[in-house]
Amino acid sequence: MDLRDTPAEAAFRAELRAWIEENLTDEVRRGRFEEAGRDWSRKLYEGGYAGLTWPKEYGGAGAPYSHQAIFLEEMARAEAPSHLGVIGLGMAGPTIIAHGTEEQKQARLDAILSTEEIWCQGFSEPGAGSDLAAVRTSAIEDGDHFVVNGQKVWSSFAHIADWCILVTRSDPDSQSHAGLTYLIVNMHSPGVEVRPLRQITGEAEFNEIFFTDVKVPVENVLGEVGGGWAVAMTTLLHERGTLGFALTAALEAQIRKLIALAKERGATDVQRDAIAREWIGLQAVRYTTYRSLTTLIKTGIPGPEGSGAKLWWSEANQRVTKLALELLGPEAQVIGDNGYWQHQQLRSRGNTIEAGTSEILRNIIAERVLGLPRSR
Amino acid sequence: MDFAFTQEQEELRREARAFLEANPEAPLSELRELGWLGVSVPEERGGGGLSFLDEAILFEEAGRALYSGPFLTTAVVLPALPEVDEQAWSIEVDGFVPDLLHVDRVLTEEMRSVPAEGETLATMDETRPLGRLTSSDGEALDGEWEPVRLRLLAALALEAVGIAQRALELGIAYVSEREQFGKKIGTYQAVAHPLADTYVETELARSLAYWAAFSVAEDEEQAPVAVPAAKAFCAETAVAACERSIQVHGGIGFTWEHPLHRYYKRAQWLDAFGGHAAVQRAVVAAALLD
Repeated sequence: MDLRDTPAEAAFRAELRAWIEENLTDEVRRGRFEEAGRDWSRKLYEGGYAGLTWPKEYGGAGAPYSHQAIFLEEMARAEAPSHLGVIGLGMAGPTIIAHGTEEQKQARLDAILSTEEIWCQGFSEPGAGSDLAAVRTSAIEDGDHFVVNGQKVWSSFAHIADWCILVTRSDPDSQSHAGLTYLIVNMHSPGVEVRPLRQITGEAEFNEIFFTDVKVPVENVLGEVGGGWAVAMTTLLHERGTLGFALTAALEAQIRKLIALAKERGATDVQRDAIAREWIGLQAVRYTTYRSLTTLIKTGIPGPEGSGAKLWWSEANQRVTKLALELLGPEAQVIGDNGYWQHQQLRSRGNTIEAGTSEILRNIIAERVLGLPRSR
Repeated sequence: MDFAFTQEQEELRREARAFLEANPEAPLSELRELGWLGVSVPEERGGGGLSFLDEAILFEEAGRALYSGPFLTTAVVLPALPEVDEQAWSIEVDGFVPDLLHVDRVLTEEMRSVPAEGETLATMDETRPLGRLTSSDGEALDGEWEPVRLRLLAALALEAVGIAQRALELGIAYVSEREQFGKKIGTYQAVAHPLADTYVETELARSLAYWAAFSVAEDEEQAPVAVPAAKAFCAETAVAACERSIQVHGGIGFTWEHPLHRYYKRAQWLDAFGGHAAVQRAVVAAALLD
């Protein structure tokens, strides 16, 4: 056991810090989401930091997972904007690598790395949230293509996306996990309509996507026709798998701001206790993620202990943002310069819902980790 | 970054678990024969020449087995002595001495070695009664109290992880067997989810306890913060783990015949000794905010 960086990790960290110092200008930090995001994503690609853990044969850096962890830590520490291609890099890409044909890999992976093509995810539907197997968006095979009809919801980036990973029901008589097909859909196809979904914060980070007689070529099936469930599970494994480091890094940045606020405004003994509690929780999540990472490096499978990271983080972020408003006192209602904490507090309510509700995550832990009798 | 124990350390854990499961009340002398005392003391001073991380495994397993001898206090004191001796040791903190009647000598916060004489108090955790010394006169030892205190708090945190783990295991076993309304009660989410929370918190606590142990072993700069952080979180986790486990056991969990109450009382003992969680967090808060 050695919790310090190895010489190789320390060298990677130093090199990355120098790169950030040189490339992350205030202009990038303050820029508008989309343009600045594209710019920054391209810089990351040119710097060799896109697809760090992707295999070299598909244009990745083939780096160990520990480098990905360091990358996320340093990006959060520098308060860098997030990569516009998070869905492509973290979910679509790895799923294509795992299940795609050689043609699909050749056609899509390079553009994911360079962020020339932006991706969104079409999983949830108004009637299929936690119960993903209840999706009803239909894909009916008709010669050399599928005809897609239906509605997806909660799709980040859909308004700027070029491609969508879409879970559909290809067998209208099927139920639940059987009869699903996973498609790669061009978002510029006729019949695709994206409507922004204004959320609790007032902004529209997510979208609804409507599909009306959208034609998708059969060669855009990922995996087997009717075998979409297994492919979707690969995507979700990646969504939740690499999440731990990103969440730890985000929480660290949040708690650093909280401490600065407390120093500036002062804190009561009760608030000091609460701040210490959250900082301790952060260290706990960080080192648990490291433990899970060590297992991943040694065995190829992340350790089960990491499964609680998202669950803990989401509730911690809700407490931290509320605590910040409390430190602001009666001023908490007043949206000052940028309304950072007000926005963060409202946004945090989504944390226990997105990427697996806390209830679903507790079910998964109870059944798959603790081996309790199944409830369904 | 490598956050895993070595194969030798995992082997030590297997040995310790098997031995303590079979002999939860083994006298301290048997643990000494197994080489479990003075593990982290250099060989030239009569110790095992290993690391506090190896000792950490033993503290955790002793907690899991609810071992009742003065192992923890003796192991924490030995590195402060000029040479490992054959005596059973306790330690005086805030005027209280665990297991006073079962030890030979006591190390005080003033770094004095005092004969174990005094009165024993009735304590909620009957397996680890607290006592008070008649006199704190004794021979002065070289060295500082702070490293002893950090080892002690880290050891308490590690023992708490063992307690939490065992409480969780007991809860899982029970809800997987017990049936009500024609179903195993573990199928009900209102029963399963508290155990999922215990699992998450126990793994978080484990990471903090190992981080604290590593910080102590390597004499890392962050040890004075890492150790109280771990003590606070691990003790509270152990208490909550026992409370949830008692709840999912229903009536049987509330009885004297079921072992859970012993774990629950030990968990509370661990939280109180050396300062409750809020006291530890005040140390962390001062480091962060002042």
